Amino acid sequence: MSRSLYRLPLEKPIYEVEDRIAALESAPLGAQQQEELRRLKRELVESQKKIFGNLDPWQTVEVARHPDRPKTSDYLSLVFDEFVELHGDKAFGDDAAMLAGFAKLDNHKVLVVGHQKGKTLTERQACHFGCAHPEGYRKSMGKMRMAAKYGLPVICLIDTPGAYPGVGAEERGQAQVIAESMFLMATLPVPIVCVVIGEGGSGGALGIGVGDRVAMLEHAYYSVISPEGCAGILWKSADFKADAAKALRMRSQDLKEFGVVDAVIEEPPGGAHRDPRQMATRLKTFLVRTLRELVSVPANTLVAARYEKFRKIGVFIEAAAVGT
Amino acid sequence: MTRRHPSNVSHAGANTENATTAIQSKRGVPEGLWQKCDGCQATIYRKEAEDLLNVCPQCGYHWYVSAAQRIEQLLDAGTFEEWDTNLRPTDPLGFHDKRSYADRIVSEQKRTGLSDAALTGTGMIRARRVACGVTDSSFIMGSMGSVVGERLTRLVERATTGKLPLIIISASGGGARMHEGILSLMQMAKVSAALARYSHTRGLFISVLTNPTMGGVAASFASLGDLVFAEPRALIGFAGPRTIKATIRIDLPKGFQTSEFLLEHGFIDRIVARKDLKSELARVIDYCGG
Repeated sequence: MSRSLYRLPLEKPIYEVEDRIAALESAPLGAQQQEELRRLKRELVESQKKIFGNLDPWQTVEVARHPDRPKTSDYLSLVFDEFVELHGDKAFGDDAAMLAGFAKLDNHKVLVVGHQKGKTLTERQACHFGCAHPEGYRKSMGKMRMAAKYGLPVICLIDTPGAYPGVGAEERGQAQVIAESMFLMATLPVPIVCVVIGEGGSGGALGIGVGDRVAMLEHAYYSVISPEGCAGILWKSADFKADAAKALRMRSQDLKEFGVVDAVIEEPPGGAHRDPRQMATRLKTFLVRTLRELVSVPANTLVAARYEKFRKIGVFIEAAAVGT
Repeated sequence: MTRRHPSNVSHAGANTENATTAIQSKRGVPEGLWQKCDGCQATIYRKEAEDLLNVCPQCGYHWYVSAAQRIEQLLDAGTFEEWDTNLRPTDPLGFHDKRSYADRIVSEQKRTGLSDAALTGTGMIRARRVACGVTDSSFIMGSMGSVVGERLTRLVERATTGKLPLIIISASGGGARMHEGILSLMQMAKVSAALARYSHTRGLFISVLTNPTMGGVAASFASLGDLVFAEPRALIGFAGPRTIKATIRIDLPKGFQTSEFLLEHGFIDRIVARKDLKSELARVIDYCGG
């Protein structure tokens, strides 16, 4: 179990129990200490269950953003048997915030694309903290077109605070590439499985989020706007980010309820960052099962069903009488 | 059906209120007789601008026009048949900020005379039948929630089955509507998917960007035209200028995120003045087999 330098306030009780366990284990154990150790370990499990079973919306955002949360690069090594990275958009550059490449999963050869946040500060800066530029979306689109050509299923791992807001991004068509990517994915004639592994930030997330199956990890979030952005606009102050997070209904259970995601993948006790290997195993199980379902479906049927999946999203009143 | 927008509301970028005209009405001056131009700050005799399709006679700045006015300006008189007027927004999240979304819907409907931020239908442009949608920036910033997404999707689907050229005129500063949360975000995918199908049937889609076209609207249907036109000096972009400034902490270049900026960077086919829009649309429809 990893011991993190980054401790969320909500994790405090968990770390306290762990510290007591560590203290006990550092000395030779008598029968009494053995008993105490067993009790503390039970307490640890209970405490994790209690805290992570009852995260409020803002706490969920904190967990989704936890610096130790497994990233696309972690899953590439933990879930897939091989990863052959493919760089570049053949137009402007190679955006580190969007990874793409061939990978092997179970018996399938697939294309994986995913947002990358980076681990060290240098990496994080190079990845713009997971905020892709237009060249990132052009890269993923180029590789997806190739996947379609060779019949490879596509797996998208979504983890971004949002598409990068900057001068260069606007100059190079941030709005246009996101639109074009959804347009492309809507009719791509191969299976597409999308999983929100951390942050599902708005258009930047949806830009690689149009698939036959869309899933979320339990403590990921997926939202039309960041809670800070929403609070700034509607409450006129980012201080209301927790209120905004609550109002936006951005948690996995909310999205499941709205029919926006097909599946929620349960996280290990204490969240994905506490046990990346177990999380990866669960993600792998989901991906393998889902791909098995999808690979035998004819492309036409697949694309038609994908259309219907998004077509039915939306809640409105349709009055019986026409006219006002 | 009343679809006219109160004539005293002007729009510049993200501003939804016009203090000057509000004060004028209170003083009993005839409503909106004069209006300050957001382009040159001159006080303009409103009637004169109206005769120019709400374009400033002094600087040529394109003022706000309501969706209904836009239809009047663009389609042959008496040819517009509106679709899906029976769709109404609701409050699927039970969304509450300083006020409830449910209340906000009612007051916006009262204020604007619109049921939501888009109207769609069919009509003729110089005797060419088209499917036509318009978003209206006066209704919650012209943002796209479920009703806007559904109306536009049905519009695209009807254009597909009816083999009609499709024109969507965007005036949306708000992007995807926050108050309907993830459902709004998904409308971007829904409309884009419908456009992908339409495109595969060789349908012609002309997207017209007007002031303002931002966020999730810019990042979905508005950018997907086979042809993309823009009115002069419109604000068009993905992230809001304030968000960008807060992120990168430098002053934004002059003319950033305007129609002219986008043309220069290769994202717009033509900048078209409002007075020429109808004839330009008719002309390009003819080139593309309309």
